[in-house]
Amino acid sequence: MSTKLTRRQFAATAAGAALVAGTAPFNIVKAQTGALKIGSIHPRSGFQAQLGIACQRGIDLAPRVLKQLGINANVEIMNADTESNVDVARARAEKLINDGANVLIGAFDSGQSAAIAQVAEQKGVPYIINVAAAPQITEQGYKFVFRNFPTAPMLVGDGLNLMKGVFEKSGITPKTAVFMHVNDTFGQSMAGAIKAMAPRFNLPFQIVDTIAYDPQAKDLSVEIAKAKATGAEMLMPVTRLNDAILMIREMVKQRWEPQIVMSPGAPGFYEGQFYKTLGKFSNYLLTNVPWYNPRSSITQKLLDEFTKSYKNELFELNVGFSFEAVMVAVNAHNAAKSTAGAALADAIRKTNITDHVMAGGALQFNEKGQNVNIKSVTLQNLDQRPKVVLPLDIAEDNLTLPLPSWTKRS
Amino acid sequence: MIARLIEGVPQRALILLGLLLAAMLAAPLLVGDYGLSVLILVLYFAYTGQAWNVMMGFAGQLSLGHSLYVGIGAYAAAALYVHFGIGPWLGVWIAILLSMSAGLVIGFLAFRFGIGGVYFALLTIAFAEFTRVGFDHFTWVNGSGGFFLPVAQYSINDPLNLRGSPTMFYYILLGITVLAFLFCRWLLTGRIGYYWLAIREEPEAAQTLGINVFRYKMIAVAISAGMTALSGVFFAFYYNNLFPEQIFSMNRSIELILGPIIGGIGSLFGPILGAVVLTLLAEGLTDIMAALGYELPGVKLVFYGLCLLVVVMYLPNGIWPPLRKWLGLGERL
Amino acid sequence: MPIDLIVTVAVQGILTGLVYGLMALGLSVIFGVVRVVNFAHGEMMTIASYAAIVAFGAWNIDPLVSMIPIAVLLFALGYAMQAALINPFINRPEHSQFILLAAVAIIMVNGLLMIFGPDARNVLVDYALDSIEVGPLLIDKVRVITATLALAITAGLFAFFKLSRIGKAIRACADNHMGALVVGLNVKRLYALTFGIGSACVGAAGAMMTLLIDTTPNVGPVFTLQAFVIVIIGGLGSMPGALLGGVLIGLTEAMAGLFFAPSAKTMFGVAILILVLLFRPQGLLGRKA
Repeated sequence: MSTKLTRRQFAATAAGAALVAGTAPFNIVKAQTGALKIGSIHPRSGFQAQLGIACQRGIDLAPRVLKQLGINANVEIMNADTESNVDVARARAEKLINDGANVLIGAFDSGQSAAIAQVAEQKGVPYIINVAAAPQITEQGYKFVFRNFPTAPMLVGDGLNLMKGVFEKSGITPKTAVFMHVNDTFGQSMAGAIKAMAPRFNLPFQIVDTIAYDPQAKDLSVEIAKAKATGAEMLMPVTRLNDAILMIREMVKQRWEPQIVMSPGAPGFYEGQFYKTLGKFSNYLLTNVPWYNPRSSITQKLLDEFTKSYKNELFELNVGFSFEAVMVAVNAHNAAKSTAGAALADAIRKTNITDHVMAGGALQFNEKGQNVNIKSVTLQNLDQRPKVVLPLDIAEDNLTLPLPSWTKRS
Repeated sequence: MIARLIEGVPQRALILLGLLLAAMLAAPLLVGDYGLSVLILVLYFAYTGQAWNVMMGFAGQLSLGHSLYVGIGAYAAAALYVHFGIGPWLGVWIAILLSMSAGLVIGFLAFRFGIGGVYFALLTIAFAEFTRVGFDHFTWVNGSGGFFLPVAQYSINDPLNLRGSPTMFYYILLGITVLAFLFCRWLLTGRIGYYWLAIREEPEAAQTLGINVFRYKMIAVAISAGMTALSGVFFAFYYNNLFPEQIFSMNRSIELILGPIIGGIGSLFGPILGAVVLTLLAEGLTDIMAALGYELPGVKLVFYGLCLLVVVMYLPNGIWPPLRKWLGLGERL
Repeated sequence: MPIDLIVTVAVQGILTGLVYGLMALGLSVIFGVVRVVNFAHGEMMTIASYAAIVAFGAWNIDPLVSMIPIAVLLFALGYAMQAALINPFINRPEHSQFILLAAVAIIMVNGLLMIFGPDARNVLVDYALDSIEVGPLLIDKVRVITATLALAITAGLFAFFKLSRIGKAIRACADNHMGALVVGLNVKRLYALTFGIGSACVGAAGAMMTLLIDTTPNVGPVFTLQAFVIVIIGGLGSMPGALLGGVLIGLTEAMAGLFFAPSAKTMFGVAILILVLLFRPQGLLGRKA
């Protein structure tokens, strides 16, 4: 038996070595002054593709709109796709940083955001979360992670407060409510927050039943039959988009007509697809969510550009928060005059932008990196689009309640 | 024992393996952070593929629900750490025991009732799905809300609690993968390896020869489930957050077994090669697509699917067996 | 709990179950003859759904009409897949077949994503949200229509396999592969035909599904899994078994949702599957292998 390596074997070894070497970075770009490289990382394929792409639109529009606003936006956007998968998210974040990203923005989903946050923290690259509600992410003591999106308890707190406002304004106060939620990460965070916080809010109604359903449900007929049987006067749903459509469709079929359908802070009712699919049945539903301030001039600029670029899409909060994330990054870059991670993180921590897109106070981060000034609004679907009805100072239309009968709509 | 491990393996093969190991040991110094994270993925899939291979490649039992064992291992070790402060090196044994028990229950039910082939495969999917929905409601580990481990800062490595830098994780995983490789080699060269071979190729003949088919299938399931649990423990402490939707999903099971099938089922080096090829393919395709300007979501995975299709059509036994023949490395790896 | 609630839920469960049954039928037919488990089943159904959506969007054709050309289209796709891809794999081990079809599934899902984008699509016919009043009960009209069609299609298919010459030849292949070869049947062609027929069922089911749920590129795997559960319960290869399995799953999930937690209802379906596999692995109406 020969111990000499043949040429083939040598070639194989060389190939193996090349494999290892091949994963070596070709270009380690050191922090330097110049364009700010923003790594945008979202689920643009896989089961969250729809939402990741919505976020991406806000990012893509940002440099143009910021320039129109006279803000010096010297940025270069690098895109990455998490494929709706936690390990891919982590690897893509590493890749973006390896390729020289100075700031990361993403990632819509809490699990993926948590994975990216670890990488960012470890590499000392600031990471601005545009959308993700799991409270744990900003409770880890991170120095480089910032979130410009409410946590689930913040969403619920605002949502329940606004409910009282809605009852007061409309004069309709339900005595019973049924709470339906999708049983995924977001739904369970929200359910947990509602359970913990509802007693403190002195709500006029009693939650007579809580119905959780599988995120992969293809049929909500049992769930709605059960909810209808409670005879509750209000439905409080926490949904994603597809199940929100299923839910309302099933309510129409089973002719369940509670006086109020009001989401305490979840997606679904205000999304473009919802209106396209349900038409007149989408009207009068309420959602309490963080939303763009329709009175802000920056919102108007962004909205104009959005409509120009994406004629058939609806401008909603994912776009707004994603835009703001870029705004925060650019603002910090201009303040720090550097692209070094630590300098940028310091500048982001000192962010104080009073004039921006989303409703609420100034864009600021607390010591945990959380923006606590975001305020939800009450949206009502009127004329098949979402309109702000509360708070009154930024309202676009009047609150209309109770929910008219499904069968008497034209 | 070492003599048994290297018996019948050409010396050239040992040299190549040694060189590969040396390269892997040196890799963290050469490849940079991103490269390291890719290599961790490679090793993760190589190790988990190796674990799956014990059941499928050695004993011929097709499991399509291996995410079950990853999930049980991950959740067990993470819950022990978070709730009771039990470190992963102790927790891992409990995780392995739990996972083995789950495997034994499934194996017992299936093999007692004579379920094999496609039916066995579907039964494994069913159990994984059952557990996924179960964990969605398991509030002790926060159900579908996700289970988060506290993330330590990375200033010091604490291997005892599996808290530290990716380099530390890399070396631990490399060690585990090498041990698993040796362990599998040891299994294959022992009596049990030959029994498995008989059971895989000719179950009826094995029975008539007096091999306790049921018992040896059960052992394969237990070993495979236990090894897979370890990869779950690693997953939990590396990613620091767990979601039933992700960890128990059917996609995850499929992802885990592509490597060994593409690499070459039943061989020792196949799962490792498969993991290398598929991980680099996935990463490489992303870059190639970006370089070519194809930003359209989905393009990359279409090419990934096409590559799988081509390999499975033209290399029915995987990449490694023909490669090993071409390299003249014998049949034992 | 009010009795009419229970009855409503039970009726809905049975109707939904029949539609599930139709969805699973194609998988069952294919496995019964070709002995290959089609892991791209749900993805093929998604293709059919998109075809129905395109037909409705472009020419305003009702999915209940377009399901016929779509079934033909899927027949062609199935025939081609069997002839080109799967035939060489007939005698390969299961894991090899599995990877082949898993790869096909990956290509289909992401191909659809590239073409149609990630948004959920649907078909808005004017009767989509109608309900039929039967005494105190409200029954979903679309489910009644689709369930009836599911029964009709299954009956038709059953008759085809029992009565027609080709149907008999296919059954001969399934019963005795060697024997079929010996008497000179073109087994490869018959396999391709069977795969085509199974796919045509999938096509009809996919078109109908657009009336009930919204379609995204990613719904496939859920349907694949659901179809597996159903056909194994009913008996892989048995046509009435697929319907029975569908109804059993539909009813169990509905009742589990009503009396326990709706979010855990799929656990009950899987639990039945596990029980069936243990005590009657060939399925309720399947024949012993």
